[in-house]
Amino acid sequence: MGKYIEMIRMRFLMMLAYRTNYYSGIFIYSINIGAYYFLWSAIYGGQPSIQGMTVEQMTTYVAIAWMARAFYFNNIDREIAMEIREGKVAIELIRPYNYLVMKTMQGLGEGIFRLLFFSLPGMIIVTFVFSLQFTANVHTWGYFALSTMFSFIINSQLNLIAGMVTFFTLNGEGLLRAKRFVIDLFSGLILPISFYPEWAQHVMHYLPFQAISYIPSMIFTESFTGDAVMKGMMFQAVWCVVLIVPIYVLWKAAKRKLIIQGG
Amino acid sequence: MFYISIFFQYMSQYVKTKLQYRTDLLVEFLSDLMFQGVNLIFILVVFGHTQLLNGWTRDEIIFIYGFFLVPFALFAAFFNIWDFNERYIVRGEMDRVLTRPVHSLFQIVLERMELESLLGGITGLIVMGYAASRLHLSFHWYDVILFVLFVLGGTFVYAGIFISLASISFWSDARSSIMPMMYNIGNYGRYPVDIYNRVIRYVLTWILPFAFVGVYPSAYFLRKTEWYTYSFLTPVMGIVCFTLSVLLWNAGVKRYRGAGN
Repeated sequence: MGKYIEMIRMRFLMMLAYRTNYYSGIFIYSINIGAYYFLWSAIYGGQPSIQGMTVEQMTTYVAIAWMARAFYFNNIDREIAMEIREGKVAIELIRPYNYLVMKTMQGLGEGIFRLLFFSLPGMIIVTFVFSLQFTANVHTWGYFALSTMFSFIINSQLNLIAGMVTFFTLNGEGLLRAKRFVIDLFSGLILPISFYPEWAQHVMHYLPFQAISYIPSMIFTESFTGDAVMKGMMFQAVWCVVLIVPIYVLWKAAKRKLIIQGG
Repeated sequence: MFYISIFFQYMSQYVKTKLQYRTDLLVEFLSDLMFQGVNLIFILVVFGHTQLLNGWTRDEIIFIYGFFLVPFALFAAFFNIWDFNERYIVRGEMDRVLTRPVHSLFQIVLERMELESLLGGITGLIVMGYAASRLHLSFHWYDVILFVLFVLGGTFVYAGIFISLASISFWSDARSSIMPMMYNIGNYGRYPVDIYNRVIRYVLTWILPFAFVGVYPSAYFLRKTEWYTYSFLTPVMGIVCFTLSVLLWNAGVKRYRGAGN
């Protein structure tokens, strides 16, 4: 366990070395959220609510979804693909840790860094400029924190899967890009799932993507209340467990495949 | 002349290497289509819940999106420099580029071209055609010339912004992580800028002039007379943006010292 915590720390420090870069990032992120804010205000026009969400809830949804993304987002799929292509993964495999856990921990280090140096200051700026609705309910914040943790796990799991698939394909770039668009669209980052037509919502209910962004953001804006909160988090927890299966299978197969390449 | 001939030589080499890996090419086409699909789905879903976006109809917004795809495709095909810092500065590749007999920026354009992105332009034309037929737009013969001018203007606006951002890496060791976010901001130029407040409208018009790649030029074809001034500014903005960015680049190259390994 200690070695994995050390990995989180190392990655955190590595990111810290490049922190100046993040200050300009906060500015750009704020413009991004600002533009979204006005776009949604225009979409609402005069309507008080769409699909049970008021315009304040919607803009808060967008802001929190993007801020949470800074935490759960990571590039471990690309890193894995690159380490495979360059053969570095062979050395990683003989080291005394689990490669996949190590990658996830590095992602976590990055996430914590962005949460502290990016999301928090960004959120403060954004709340000054736009009228967002932050709940005073401590429970909601607690549920949101837990739910975002699940988001991180599920997003990382999907990244591990995508990264490992590039073991088997020659060039993973197209696949990784496609995965990103699928996640942007179906995770609820750019559109809440409840806005989609009925049949699409029905299909998405059988896919893990809404666990990444939709559920935590709905919890935060209190669009989910009571039972829906628990159901949402159950959905996340179930997918966390289910996704372990393909990871395990792919990892077994990938290790066997690697021996062939390792000349 | 030398530049043109070398450009086509690189281009033919590129096509040859790409055709070696046809499945890759197919996957890239598909992922490009998905990228274009995501934004279209966004527009369609949103207009499932509202009739007008500040007075603009669904088909008008779709038309703007279709227009945007054309300059964006040209930009993506030839100015693929979003990872310039990692690829050229950190790895010391810039040293090699500087020894080449063409301008350093041109050399990078040659090396990094991605002709398959041009397909997005065709998607854009189809999307525009669809929207135009639903809107019953009529065109004059000279609209074709204006279309070409506006597309080139938009391409150079995009290129200018991203070249300027890449040039920053000559001064600071910033990693290119702001680049993906810039792509995001580029999206906001596709919506009528009058929905934003003054600050964002100003940013999108004069600082990061993404509005000249979407809503301003399209307004001309949609016959929104109140925006005509901005529409006709598009080629001018393209030239200004691109010139400034090349000057910045040249200044940066002068400062370049090599990665030292």
